[in-house]
Amino acid sequence: MQTASKRLPLDLRPAFLLPAVAALTALLVAGPARPDPHPDARRIVAIGGSVTEIVYALGQQERLIARDTTSSYPAEAMELPDVGYMRALSPEGVLSVGPDLILAQEGAGPPEVIALLRDAGIPFETIGSGTDGEALIAKIQAVADTLGVPETAEAPVAALQADLERLADEPEEAARKRVLFVLTLQGGRVMAGGEGTEADAIIRMAGAENAIQGINGYKPLTDEAITAAAPDVILTMERGGGSESLNVANEELLSLPALATAPAARNGAVIRMDGLYLLGFGPRTGKAALELHDAIYGDG
Amino acid sequence: MVALEYRPGERLAGDRRHLGRGLALWLILLLAVMSLISLGSGASGVSAPAVLMNWFSGQEIAATDRVVMFDIRLPRLLTGILVGAALAVSGAIMQGLFRNPLADPGLLGVSAGASLGAISAIVLGGWLPVAMLAVVGWYLVPLAAFSGSWIAMLVLYGIATRRGRTSVVTMLLAGIAMAAMISALSGLIIYAADDTQLRDLTFWGMGSLAGSSWTKLAAAGPVMLLALIAAPGLAHGLNGLALGEAAAAHVGIRVQRVKTGAVLVTAAATGAAVAISGGIGFVGIIVPHLLRMVAGPDHRWLLVNSALLSASMLLIADMISRSIVAPAELPIGIITAVIGGPFFMWVLLSNRSVVDR
Repeated sequence: MQTASKRLPLDLRPAFLLPAVAALTALLVAGPARPDPHPDARRIVAIGGSVTEIVYALGQQERLIARDTTSSYPAEAMELPDVGYMRALSPEGVLSVGPDLILAQEGAGPPEVIALLRDAGIPFETIGSGTDGEALIAKIQAVADTLGVPETAEAPVAALQADLERLADEPEEAARKRVLFVLTLQGGRVMAGGEGTEADAIIRMAGAENAIQGINGYKPLTDEAITAAAPDVILTMERGGGSESLNVANEELLSLPALATAPAARNGAVIRMDGLYLLGFGPRTGKAALELHDAIYGDG
Repeated sequence: MVALEYRPGERLAGDRRHLGRGLALWLILLLAVMSLISLGSGASGVSAPAVLMNWFSGQEIAATDRVVMFDIRLPRLLTGILVGAALAVSGAIMQGLFRNPLADPGLLGVSAGASLGAISAIVLGGWLPVAMLAVVGWYLVPLAAFSGSWIAMLVLYGIATRRGRTSVVTMLLAGIAMAAMISALSGLIIYAADDTQLRDLTFWGMGSLAGSSWTKLAAAGPVMLLALIAAPGLAHGLNGLALGEAAAAHVGIRVQRVKTGAVLVTAAATGAAVAISGGIGFVGIIVPHLLRMVAGPDHRWLLVNSALLSASMLLIADMISRSIVAPAELPIGIITAVIGGPFFMWVLLSNRSVVDR
């Protein structure tokens, strides 16, 4: 059977796919690795929650005219027209808002739509993604450079660096707490965040250890695996703007047989944070990681 | 005593064959009107007459207008027409072949095979050799979906055919077993998928014409067109099959050839349609039914009219899909089901006496 990705291979294993990137760039007019500056762009469409957030952090929101569905922060961004989900964009929809620059997070698509947008003569710039401190700083700088205002990145980058430095003196390996990220709880079945997830990245950034090792992605776990993970802390998302009905109740969570024996249940250690804030990997991530660190170790 | 003698040229009570031709003319007109409206409407407000006027008079057209008109709306219109026609014709043929009003191309394993192909491509694509990725690029998902549908169909056809005879019943039952196996395999791959891949899969399953382009049309269009041209050749045979296989053979129909033809045409049409537009449900069942109620079950007009009506319906659904949440877009599969479901129910209830008979 034929198997391969329709995505540009840029977001796959970079080292492995470097030759493909070169070939595809020539073949498909793929995006340049480093975006060009567009200081004159005044009608910008931001695609991707963290890109939109960075544009606001840089104080350049006046230049935005539309956003995608994943851009839900800050609240003012929600007032902009929504051009659809970032991986299922509609070509005419994006063109209809009359953009002079499209600023997209890596992974925006589908690729044929992006090719059409380029054909229409609209500059399309892709911002790389990543889930560590360096990648985050590079991302903020890339957005600032693309907008033609590199100096505006100084403040948010400095703030992020300061947060990351405070996190740098992380506890000894033995003293690190084990955190279980619970994505959802359906019928008592825990969907947990394994390795390679945003949850894993933020937990490590906060100086703790992901209790789930050896599993990739967000996966439903058996009760025994959770018992074996023995988390010190349970981390979960706050949903629906704080409406209680959508949240996993603490009692429900801690009364699960699988979790009842965990240290987290004895201490009632459940941490809740807003999903985009916690997992969005934008300019607020440093703060989020610090907040998580303080909540885990209780030394805020 | 009333003589039950047939005199050529005389129309018996209940004979609706003559309606087919007239209906076809109306449906051509409807499709023409819908095509024009479709070309002229869209989120961007680019005016079709203005662009065409400039084009004919040789004036410069703004890049955006040109792309919207000729690279977005036009290939999308043609894709919509072909996909709509292909899905409804496949549905009508399957219902004729299986002599069952609920039959659809899914019975051939085509849909399950296509979705297994698409799922494999979306999830496992990253592991493919670099050289191959560079060649097939973004068309990997359509390609894999099309191959998947054909492999599934060929396997099923092979299982159901013994000594040059295809058993429709075996095909039906083996099809159910195979669909279960294929969906288990799909489930296994989905389990390995990450979040973005899951999102891609969900959107693929809901269908969309948003990714239409000339390149895709050039690849899938000829396949659908060929199937659509071949389809009317099956009409006579399918009419005969309505009497039952034995009776059809007695009146001189080469039953095996009709079966093989029906399977090939359906797999080509549906495979190509699903490959470029994802899962667009319901048109394959609703359109042929509607037409049978209006103009009778004669396949000679049913196939043609199904293609025409379904093409128009898909254009309407697509117009709704790109305008209802503009500048974003609602997947077209949702529209066809949301509108098609209640409408079909209404038709069924208001024709209850006809259906129950």
